[in-house]
Amino acid sequence: MEKTVELNSLGLALADYKGKPSTLCPGCGHNAISNQIQAAVWELGLAPEQVMKISGIGCSSKSPNYFLNRSFGFNGLHGRMPTLATGASFGDSSVKILGISGDGDTASIGMGHFKHVIRRNVPMVYIIENNGCYALTKGQFSATSDQGLVLKHQGVNLLPPLDLCMEALISGASFVARTFSGDVKQMKELIKAALSQNGIAVIDVISPCVTFNNRDEALQSYSWGREHEAPIQGISYFSRREDMRLENFEEGTYREIELEDGSVLVLKKIDKDYDPTDRSAALDLLTESYKNHYFATGLIYFCEVLPTIQEQYDLPNEPLNRLTSDRLRPSRESLEAINVSLY
Amino acid sequence: MVDTSHMSPQGNERIVNEVCVAICTVNGSGSATANSILYRALFRMGILTSGKNIFPSNIKGLPTWFVIRASAKGYTGRVAHDDVVVAMNATTMQKDASYLQDGGVLFYADHLEKPEIPDKNIIFYPMPIKALMKQVEVPRNLVSYMENMLYVGIVGQVLGIPEEVLKATIDHQFQGKPAVAESNFNIINLGFQYARENIEKKDRFYLEQLPELKDYILTDGNNAGALGSLYGGLQFCAWYPITPATSLVESAIDQVAKLRKDPKTGKNSCVILQVEDELAAASATLGAGWSGLRAMTSTSGPGISLMTENIGLAYFTETPMVIWDVQRVGPSTGLPTRTAQGDLSMIYTLGHGDTKHVILIPGTATECFEFGWRSLDIAEKYQTPIFVLSDLDLGMNTWVTKRFEYPNQPIERGKIIWEEKLESFKDWGRYKDIDGDGIPYRTVIGNKSEKAAYFTRGTGHDEYGNYSEDPKNWSNMLSRIGRKLGGVVKDLPEPIIRRAKADADIGIIGMGSTHDAMIEAQDLLAEMGIQADYMRVRALPANTAVREFIASHARNYVVELNRDGQLRQILSLEISEYSEKLISISEIGGLPLTAAWTAENVFAKEKHNGKNR
Repeated sequence: MEKTVELNSLGLALADYKGKPSTLCPGCGHNAISNQIQAAVWELGLAPEQVMKISGIGCSSKSPNYFLNRSFGFNGLHGRMPTLATGASFGDSSVKILGISGDGDTASIGMGHFKHVIRRNVPMVYIIENNGCYALTKGQFSATSDQGLVLKHQGVNLLPPLDLCMEALISGASFVARTFSGDVKQMKELIKAALSQNGIAVIDVISPCVTFNNRDEALQSYSWGREHEAPIQGISYFSRREDMRLENFEEGTYREIELEDGSVLVLKKIDKDYDPTDRSAALDLLTESYKNHYFATGLIYFCEVLPTIQEQYDLPNEPLNRLTSDRLRPSRESLEAINVSLY
Repeated sequence: MVDTSHMSPQGNERIVNEVCVAICTVNGSGSATANSILYRALFRMGILTSGKNIFPSNIKGLPTWFVIRASAKGYTGRVAHDDVVVAMNATTMQKDASYLQDGGVLFYADHLEKPEIPDKNIIFYPMPIKALMKQVEVPRNLVSYMENMLYVGIVGQVLGIPEEVLKATIDHQFQGKPAVAESNFNIINLGFQYARENIEKKDRFYLEQLPELKDYILTDGNNAGALGSLYGGLQFCAWYPITPATSLVESAIDQVAKLRKDPKTGKNSCVILQVEDELAAASATLGAGWSGLRAMTSTSGPGISLMTENIGLAYFTETPMVIWDVQRVGPSTGLPTRTAQGDLSMIYTLGHGDTKHVILIPGTATECFEFGWRSLDIAEKYQTPIFVLSDLDLGMNTWVTKRFEYPNQPIERGKIIWEEKLESFKDWGRYKDIDGDGIPYRTVIGNKSEKAAYFTRGTGHDEYGNYSEDPKNWSNMLSRIGRKLGGVVKDLPEPIIRRAKADADIGIIGMGSTHDAMIEAQDLLAEMGIQADYMRVRALPANTAVREFIASHARNYVVELNRDGQLRQILSLEISEYSEKLISISEIGGLPLTAAWTAENVFAKEKHNGKNR
């Protein structure tokens, strides 16, 4: 019997969203992220041509080669993904940006750019594939490695970790989430929501390195993640309000978040009533979860979208990179006037 | 030795329209406006003039000098002595006065101690600045600014600038602000009338009106570069402040709203974005160039150091972008407010691994305009970073320069292909040499064709952009890029060659902002009995004309403002069969080149080399 291929709203199969075969280690957390990205883009019905992938250097930054073959990609320099994306974002602002980075790329060499790309509010999804180590150089500590972590050739990590969600919050991001390569359902819903946001959306994905940093006690290991994950909400994404199936949700147990493109994120209360629109509460949550050894995941913070960097400039609606030459060169008369003014 | 009679005030005859005036003030006192009025007034009298601001890396309180050299003959390079000193700074007055020669003139504020200048016949003109200021009511915060306007009137009157020229200059300077123009002119006129009534002219320097300099304008190289870029269709500029490159982008910011409203929508067609550092500036410019925008950044040496990795990435991913390097003195932080030509070697092969870049070297502000638009064309045509190498002297000083000419060719977008054209290729690959000229076709984001996308990477890649560690593939890729850039030479500006009046055995070679001093040196050498042809190199890699010039002279003296003679080193490598014909004359102290120093050095070496022949 012939198997029917499922198609999305554009008539494309999930296969149309695949990338090259991954060359990362089998079981690498990053492969789970690649899979969820292609699934999310496919389910949203975005044409692959309407997405570009920008990355830095490291295992994480190699991964854009492994999803969305039909999207433009740029695997740039270590730490410079945010600035490369900033420039590219002006070429055609209708093309959505997936920025892929790692903890070495973002929390160390590119930390300054990370903070500034948030401050500029470049419209993009900024995914950190955070494995708490440098893996492509074979297992050194990163700035998100936990204090006291022991690595084979490194000994004991003396320094405390940076929390990239906290850094994103302080820099003024309007969408901050944390998820886990071991919780793909939540990850996919968050990626979809981030892609529906017009502004910078930061997702810190704890993504284990199975080769160098997957011992049970490591903050970024599968086993630590599975044992300690404490989702702050149950997350369901709906492309359109009319698709929402609220009969599954009990009155007073959920919160709706409307995203800019009209899609809706439904956040189901889990333990306590967490308010993701309260930045102080978000900072408290991150502080407490580290202190008390639990792994808070979900939509940590969300606020009304701020003006994007493109909206701060008075630019034409059509893509800047399609403006024809006659629209780019001022007139002969204007140059004559300049010559006169400089006499 | 060097005949500098045209500069020296010996004898009794009048010296007309040949004078070097140094105005010595304290920075932050508002002397820039006063100085520019004097400068512009000379220009409006039809006299070829240069104005060089020698300033400290400081905002307020340190000494600063503005040196105006008027020369109807067109010798407007720096000279090492002054004819007229206007002394307004007590702390430097004694030293400032020491640059005067016999017959020199010292204007000094009479509340400052009159300097002693033994063994020289100097004409002193005390200026009662404080006393004159008592005659007028000036807001307290404008006192020092207006004191400067007084010397404009006094010096102007004594040297012979007509009152109506000063008035017209003021009106031009304060266009649209008649009240400001009037209050400034009142002070200038107070000084002017004081001098007319009280100063008996004893010196021999006279300024006389000449026919209008109709083909000329007054502007600085940075402003010209910014305008040239905007006329070149610049769409994106990411930058970070650094002296002396900042004013290039600031000029662009000033002009973008006026010049770059899209005629169809009335919206802006150019984005100028200040970012967090030069790494970001280069990276964002690269990202914009990759996305299909005409992209440029502007910086100086330390910024280039930070941009290096990104520029290597642009080179290897074949992404167009333009980088202006307005040079200052290095290494390290160096002398941030002084001029140099020391970045040439660094830039030519900037980046690790095999790289080689195209460099345009403007020598006049008018060329800064031209290379502004041309650099964007060449970058897109050859899909590579293009450097425009300017310097502080050219970039920040105001020059009498030829009017800007409208670009004489349409904007060149190179081999960017959109949906329809892409469909016409059977087997397109981003790095495939379809035409055999080494230049591949490129698609950019937003292209809706299923075949358009490719993966850009700084790692080894094949013709389709796929990752590859195959040695053959690597060497083919790099050879093709080399071949591509071999073709660029035909699109680069030819050198400027000025022949000696008689057959010349030797050549003198320069680049960039030393042009005026080199021309004067060429004429000085002729007066000293040495005929030399002069060539100004305007681009690297060098073309056939450069090679032929070198080949056709027994000896070529390469004159430049750096320690090691970088241009000479590069030419010796590129044109190695004639490397023995290339002799270096270089110095670095942060000041613009002088003709006298150049001529003396060529003369001395020539004497030596002549003997050895």
